[in-house]
Amino acid sequence: MEPVISVEHVRRRYGPVEAVADISFEVAPGEIFGLLGPNGAGKTTTVEIVQGLRRADGGRVSVLGLNPVTEVGALRRRIGSQLQESALPARMRVGEAIGLFGSLAEHRIDGDRLLERWGLSEKRRSAFADLSGGQRQRLFVALALISDPEVVFLDEMTTGLDPAARRVAWDLIKEIRAQGTTVVLVTHFMDEAERLCDRVAVMVGGRIVAEGTPRALVARYAPEVRMVFTADPSADLSALDRLETVLQVQRWGDRVELEGVDPVLAEVSATLMERGIALRDIRVEQPTLEDVFLKLTKGSAV
Amino acid sequence: MRVLARMAWLELKLLVREPITVVFVLAMPLVMLFVLGEVFGSTPEPEGNVWRGQSPIQFYVPAYVGLVMCAIGVLTLPVHLSAYRERGVLRRLRASSIPAWTLAGAQVLVTVVIAAVSGVIVYVAASARYDISAPASLGGTLLGFTLSALSFASLGVLLGSLFPSARAAQGVGILLFFVMLLLGGAGPPREVMTAAMRSIGDALPLTHVVDVLQGPWLGLGWDVASTAVVAAILVVSSIGAVLLLRRR
Repeated sequence: MEPVISVEHVRRRYGPVEAVADISFEVAPGEIFGLLGPNGAGKTTTVEIVQGLRRADGGRVSVLGLNPVTEVGALRRRIGSQLQESALPARMRVGEAIGLFGSLAEHRIDGDRLLERWGLSEKRRSAFADLSGGQRQRLFVALALISDPEVVFLDEMTTGLDPAARRVAWDLIKEIRAQGTTVVLVTHFMDEAERLCDRVAVMVGGRIVAEGTPRALVARYAPEVRMVFTADPSADLSALDRLETVLQVQRWGDRVELEGVDPVLAEVSATLMERGIALRDIRVEQPTLEDVFLKLTKGSAV
Repeated sequence: MRVLARMAWLELKLLVREPITVVFVLAMPLVMLFVLGEVFGSTPEPEGNVWRGQSPIQFYVPAYVGLVMCAIGVLTLPVHLSAYRERGVLRRLRASSIPAWTLAGAQVLVTVVIAAVSGVIVYVAASARYDISAPASLGGTLLGFTLSALSFASLGVLLGSLFPSARAAQGVGILLFFVMLLLGGAGPPREVMTAAMRSIGDALPLTHVVDVLQGPWLGLGWDVASTAVVAAILVVSSIGAVLLLRRR
C-alpha cells in the first residue's frame, strides 16, 4: 500500500542549530504513528514541515501524494492539525471557532456532535480565554477534526489534561483511527505512545534513533524483566545462576530481586519449585517504552 | 470572499467584546472635541489667519474623524495583529487554510466600519452642542473618508506585520499617535506652529488625511497633493504588508 506520508532525508537548521538532521520515515494508511523524543529533539519542526507550516532546507516530503510546499492549499483541506503553542482570539467563543473552521471545510462533520464527543457542549458560549488548559486542548483537537481529515496531526495533545481526561482522549483517538483516519501523534508521554501507537519513531538531536512497533523496540532495547519475590533466607538459590535467562540476582534478607530476559518468570518458578523452594509475593515489572526511551535518550536530556 | 466576510464579522464582534479598545477609539475624539471646543469656542478668528479661516469647531470635526483612523492605524490595529502573531493565533488560522491576508483584509473592513461609526458620533455630538454645518460636498467627503480609512488601515496592517511583539507595537504606537495628535492637524492649528513643527507635521500621514477630509467637508476643494500622499501611503503599505505576511 502507498504510504500516506513519506519523508526522505529532510533537513532543517535554525542558524547554527541543526533542528532536523536528515530524517526519513513513512506512515502507512490507517495507522497511529508516534513521534517521540525529548524536548528539542526536532519533533515539532518535523511535523510542521510535513504539514507545510515550515520549509525544509532539503529532502523530499509527500503527504497524500501532495507536496506540502507547492500544493499546500490542497493539502490543508485534507489534513487536520492540532498545533503546539497556538491560540484563538481571547474573546472568540467555542461555538464561533467551530463555525469558522467548519465553514472552510468541504465535508464538515456535525460541529455539535463533535463538541459533545469532546465534552465541550456546555462551553459553546464560553470565550477561549475563559477555558481551562484541558478544555483548550480538547477544542484544538475538535478543530483539527472538523473538516473530516484523512490525516490528523496531534502535537502534544494531552499536555495539560488531567489523568481522567487523558484516558478519554485516548479512547477518542482510537475511535478516530477506527474510522480510517491516519493519526500522527507527537508526544513525550511514553504510556500514551505505548497504549495508542501502532508504530513509533524515537528522535534524538534531530535524528531518528529507533523505529518500530512499541513491542519490538522494547524487545530490542530494553528486554530486561525485573522480578521481585520473597523466599526463606536459608533457601539455596544458586541454581538460578545457571539459568541463561537470569542476568543478576540480589538478596536482601528474605527479599530476592532478580533481573532477566523472557521467559525468566517461567524458568525461575519451575527451577525453584523443582527444588521445593516456595516463592511468595511475586511481583514482575515488565519493561516499557519508557525504559527504551530513557536508554536511547541517555545523555541527551535537556 | 465568504471567509473574508465571516472573518470580518467575527473580528467586529470580538472588538466589541474588548470594551477598552472601543471606548478608547470612540471616546477619545469626543473628549478632544469638547475640551478644545470649550476652549476655542465656535467663533472664527477675526483676521481669518487661524484654523484655515473656519470656526475652530468646524475645523476640528473633520480632524477628529481623521484622528480616530490614526488611533486605529498606528496603535490599536498593530497591537492587535502583533498580539495575534505572538500568541499563535496566526499560526492556528494558517494551519486551517485561513491565510494571513484574509485576517488583514478583515481588519481593514473593521477599521472602516469603526471609523465610520466614530465619525457619525463625532458629527452628531458636535452638532448637538455647537453650530456646525454639514459637509459641503457629501460625496467628496465620503470619498476622502474611504481613501483615508483604507490608507490608515493598511498602514496598521503593515505595522502589525513588522513589530516582533504586542509590547513593541504598543510602545511605538503610542509615540506615533501622540506625535500625530499634537502635530498632525488635530491639535494646535498649523498657523500657530513654528516652522520646525510644521515641517514635522508635513511628514505625518495624519496631516494629509486631515487635509483630504477638510477639503470637501469645509468646501475648500480637493487638496491634490495631500490626496496623492494618502493614496501613496495606501499603496506602499499594502505592498509592504503583502510581502511581509507572505514571508512569515
